[in-house]
Amino acid sequence: MKVPVSWLAELVDLPAGITVEELDTAFVRLGFEVEEIVRPPATTGPLVVGKVLEIEELTGFKKPIRYCQVEVGESAPRGIVCGARNFAVGDLVVAALPGAVLPGDFAIAARTTYDHVSDGMICSVRELGIGEDHAGILVLGQEGFEPGAPAADVLGLDDVVFDLDVTPDRGYAMSMRGIARDLAGVLGVSWRDPADLPLPDWSGAPAWEVAVADPERCDRFSLLALEGLDPAAPSPWALRQRLAQCGVRSISLAVDVTNYVMLELGQPMHAFDRDTVRGPITVRTATAGERLTTLDGVDRALTDDDLLITDESGPIGMAGVMGGASTEIGSTSDGRATTAVLLEAAHWEPAGISRGVRRHRLPSEAGKRFERGTDPEVTVVALARAAGLLVEHGGARVVGAPVDVDTRESGYGIALDVSLPARIAGVPYARAQVVEALEAIGATVDGDGDTVRVTPPSWRGDLLEPADLVEEVVRFRGFDEIPSILPTAPPGGGLTERQRRRRSIGRALADAGYVEAPAFPFIGTPQLDALGLPEDDDRRRVNTVRNPLSEEAPALRTTLLPGLLASLARNLARGQRDVALFEHGSVFPGGERTTAPLPGVDRRPDDTTLAALLGAVPAQPWHVAVALTGQREPRGWWGPGRPAEWADAIQAARVVAEAAGAELTVRAGERAPWHPGRCAELLVGDRVVGYAGELHPKVCESLGLPPRTSVMELDGDAFPVPTVPQAPPISTFPPVLFDLAFVVAGDQSAAEFEATVREAAGELLESLRLFDVYTGPSLPEHSKSLAYAVTLRAPDRTLSGEEAAEVRERVIAAAREQGAELRG
Amino acid sequence: MSGANDPYDPKQVAALSQESLEGALTLGVAAFSNAADLEQLAAVRPDHLGDRAPLLLARRELGALPPAARSDAGKRLNSVLGDLKRAYAERLTQLEAERDARVLAEERVDVTLPWDRTPRGARHPLTTLTDRIADIFVGMGYEVADGPELEAEWLNFDALNIGPDHPSRSMMDTFFVAPEDSGLVLRTHTSPVQARTMLDRQPPIYVVAPGRVYRTDELDATHLPVFHQVEGLAIDKGLTMAHLRGTLDHLARQLFGPDARTRWRPHFFPFTEPSAEFDVWFPEHRDGPQWVEWGGCGMVNPRVLRACGIDADQYSGFAFGMGIERALQFRSAVSDMHDIAEADIRFTKAFGVEQ
Repeated sequence: MKVPVSWLAELVDLPAGITVEELDTAFVRLGFEVEEIVRPPATTGPLVVGKVLEIEELTGFKKPIRYCQVEVGESAPRGIVCGARNFAVGDLVVAALPGAVLPGDFAIAARTTYDHVSDGMICSVRELGIGEDHAGILVLGQEGFEPGAPAADVLGLDDVVFDLDVTPDRGYAMSMRGIARDLAGVLGVSWRDPADLPLPDWSGAPAWEVAVADPERCDRFSLLALEGLDPAAPSPWALRQRLAQCGVRSISLAVDVTNYVMLELGQPMHAFDRDTVRGPITVRTATAGERLTTLDGVDRALTDDDLLITDESGPIGMAGVMGGASTEIGSTSDGRATTAVLLEAAHWEPAGISRGVRRHRLPSEAGKRFERGTDPEVTVVALARAAGLLVEHGGARVVGAPVDVDTRESGYGIALDVSLPARIAGVPYARAQVVEALEAIGATVDGDGDTVRVTPPSWRGDLLEPADLVEEVVRFRGFDEIPSILPTAPPGGGLTERQRRRRSIGRALADAGYVEAPAFPFIGTPQLDALGLPEDDDRRRVNTVRNPLSEEAPALRTTLLPGLLASLARNLARGQRDVALFEHGSVFPGGERTTAPLPGVDRRPDDTTLAALLGAVPAQPWHVAVALTGQREPRGWWGPGRPAEWADAIQAARVVAEAAGAELTVRAGERAPWHPGRCAELLVGDRVVGYAGELHPKVCESLGLPPRTSVMELDGDAFPVPTVPQAPPISTFPPVLFDLAFVVAGDQSAAEFEATVREAAGELLESLRLFDVYTGPSLPEHSKSLAYAVTLRAPDRTLSGEEAAEVRERVIAAAREQGAELRG
Repeated sequence: MSGANDPYDPKQVAALSQESLEGALTLGVAAFSNAADLEQLAAVRPDHLGDRAPLLLARRELGALPPAARSDAGKRLNSVLGDLKRAYAERLTQLEAERDARVLAEERVDVTLPWDRTPRGARHPLTTLTDRIADIFVGMGYEVADGPELEAEWLNFDALNIGPDHPSRSMMDTFFVAPEDSGLVLRTHTSPVQARTMLDRQPPIYVVAPGRVYRTDELDATHLPVFHQVEGLAIDKGLTMAHLRGTLDHLARQLFGPDARTRWRPHFFPFTEPSAEFDVWFPEHRDGPQWVEWGGCGMVNPRVLRACGIDADQYSGFAFGMGIERALQFRSAVSDMHDIAEADIRFTKAFGVEQ
């Protein structure tokens, strides 16, 4: 909402000398965020009102040019050359005289052009920097201003405009009237309500026949007829200037007047060309199949939720949203001169307007006000105000009496415990302060007990409950009064196991060299194709967004890999070579779903509904993934580096499991997008929780990633809640250390072989560490050697040589059963 | 050499003469001090303190002396011998110290050499800042609550007093999930966690809910379609806006320094009444101390309490929410949101493993 200070000053007795900054503070205090303070463009030098005395049409140039004699309050008129044609002798214009500098450092000087000396310039609003309209020069009218008078006042060049962000609950503040009232209240000054108009003594029969078939959605519909409107009558400059300041384009007198009254009173209006309206008007909802061509020329299919203004011909307007083309006001310029109008001002049910605006994607200034709620009390006042302006400036006359279909229910009161504002705010407001604040917003307060009856004003449809009234009291008293007291919460239990685990996993991966790389969770089929996922892969069952930012990525991720690999590629593209990334976050598996119910909100949904509601929200497991390429350990003065490889990705899974307090089993697996021979299946117990290893070469190729890029992804939610660790016995007896090397089959899984060794070694085994894997000519073909460092220790004694030898023999025997031979 | 029973005059035993003893001492001391290193010292030691060194040979002569003379000669001999041993020990200590110093000097390395053989990674600053904020609330006794990002429309809107036709519902720039009747959205704020918490349990409730949220904004220097908020909710008997302010002020001080505090501006949120937006006074701002817009807050709307099954007559509460990116932006002087979203390791590593 744009608020010119000059307009505000007409309504509010602003304290003398109040500054823009003080107004800014007052608006913010009221809850109107100041988006912008528009200061008029800088113009210096002589800028005056001029009167066009003579016009000489110059010919022989590429375009018609005028040489004008303009009276500017000097002894003789000045000759000024002008290319515009939208003015006539006798018009008052704005003349910039030599020495003036217009916005954009546009210096005016006397100069010869088109064979004449032009002693100044006749200005357009755009040249003056006060509007975009460049159709012609600015004509102020034929009277009302003295030639030679400084134009700055006329143009509002000393006026400041506040652009306020009005929150959706405050429909009333979408008007000068509402802003003025609030501002006067908070400044503690008096103000004039522009809606406080004496209504004319209209007489005669109602001007039109009107029926409202849907009083639920239209509880007041008012109409006034005017005739004799001069379709050529221009809008007076003062009105056009206000509209321009408020960001509304001037169209024609009738339209400008309705817009002006909307800005002033907050009541949007519609003007019908009366001569095109056929028979009685009915307000009703559309029937299926009905269509309406709206003012914007679009032929629209209507639904049975669309509220219409209709006549005998059918729909002539979509109530509160947009008028119809068939009854549009025409002006002389478009050859459809309207001389008789029906002015409509109504009160619509906000939610219905909101639906209509969204359904037809027709946001408008009127819609914005109606969906926030207008003041039903001012419909007729607005008609009177508009009619007055049309009579004054357009030569129109009111015909008959207004129509006013008013089915409103009587006002309601809210019982308010006067101590409630104090109890909510934590500020000891006195009773009088509460009453004063409520009266400042226009409410009436009855009763003198602990509980009063508050009747909200007609323009505050948002005030329904005591809490709403509390907000008004606190807002008027000011938030700065509220003290700062830290409440004492009951003792909490800290983070949950799951939360702790998520942190531990993140820290562990960061410690292991991985950099966290969160990505947006949107994916598309191409990314899944690039991973080489088979057609029936469960990761292709996605949830899709109906209005995605990009049509390429309309789905929610089912795997972290596309986002993570994109982050990897981006880092490589930016010149990195050695990159190790991790991400953790929700994935969104698709699948069969139930529809989430939409229960009422007047009470808690019953347990069945609630269960259905919560059950309709798909499970969103928390995944952890890593991706790495380049050197895992860089080369340095210590020697060469070590390239990142499949084993790092699998180790990352072990790091994650360890941080989660879970025991991970690794075995060979096969799954896209991994290399079939370099893919580990990761298990907790019997459950597969993820995969790790090297990417399939084709995947690296299609994603433009370096060969051997390795990745891991697992379901972090699949880890069981860790049990409390139990302390092991710490033996202080000496250990027995020895090494064992076995020759095993080339495809023997190290993990499985180790399990055999561990089992055979039994309880005396303290640690077993694989320290070498060897293949080479000294071994039989298709075999390899696994070498282990073994530590034995007993909890209660020093092991004898015989005991150690016994363990060693057991291990060798068990290994032999697996086909392994002790390496000599 | 004299026989044991020979009568004899010590002065006649030349080896025990004072001149002879002192001569041996002088020679020995000179030899030790002339030894340049431990090897030389070891080499000359037998000549002066070995079994066949003059002083030790002289000691053998003592037994031949009469008792009185033996006593005198013994004293003189021991004194000289003691002096010589001390001289040896001193020189030994000195040479050992020299050797040790030399060895350590030879073992000197360049301690400035890098040893980043396994470079460290880093958690994202959004994560660490989120944790930090959560920890501040945990310290106040709050619990941390989670909720799904793909959320029921009812919980994201209706339960929070944002009815189907409420203007702010269309202002929320919501991502809707297919099909049209799914009843699911990508949550536009962390506030549905409030509703979930209240539906799940009765007061007192003190929870904080950090998480990822979605709006249909194109990514640019100041907007992100996917960002993070932290939501707080307290429901108890007798909670007031003063408690809300106390809580936010405490958070501000913990995050932004002891001089930080909050300033409120009336605002509108359907789920709180009264509602406010709040700014935080940030003394460390790179453009100088200033107020920075941070979040929204208010007293939980009784309509929300009712929809969630909490007795609005008995309990009141407050809720607040703020953007983590926003906090990161001004706390760490991030000038472009792209940097937060693009996972460039140079950005993330600058924040370290822990922040």
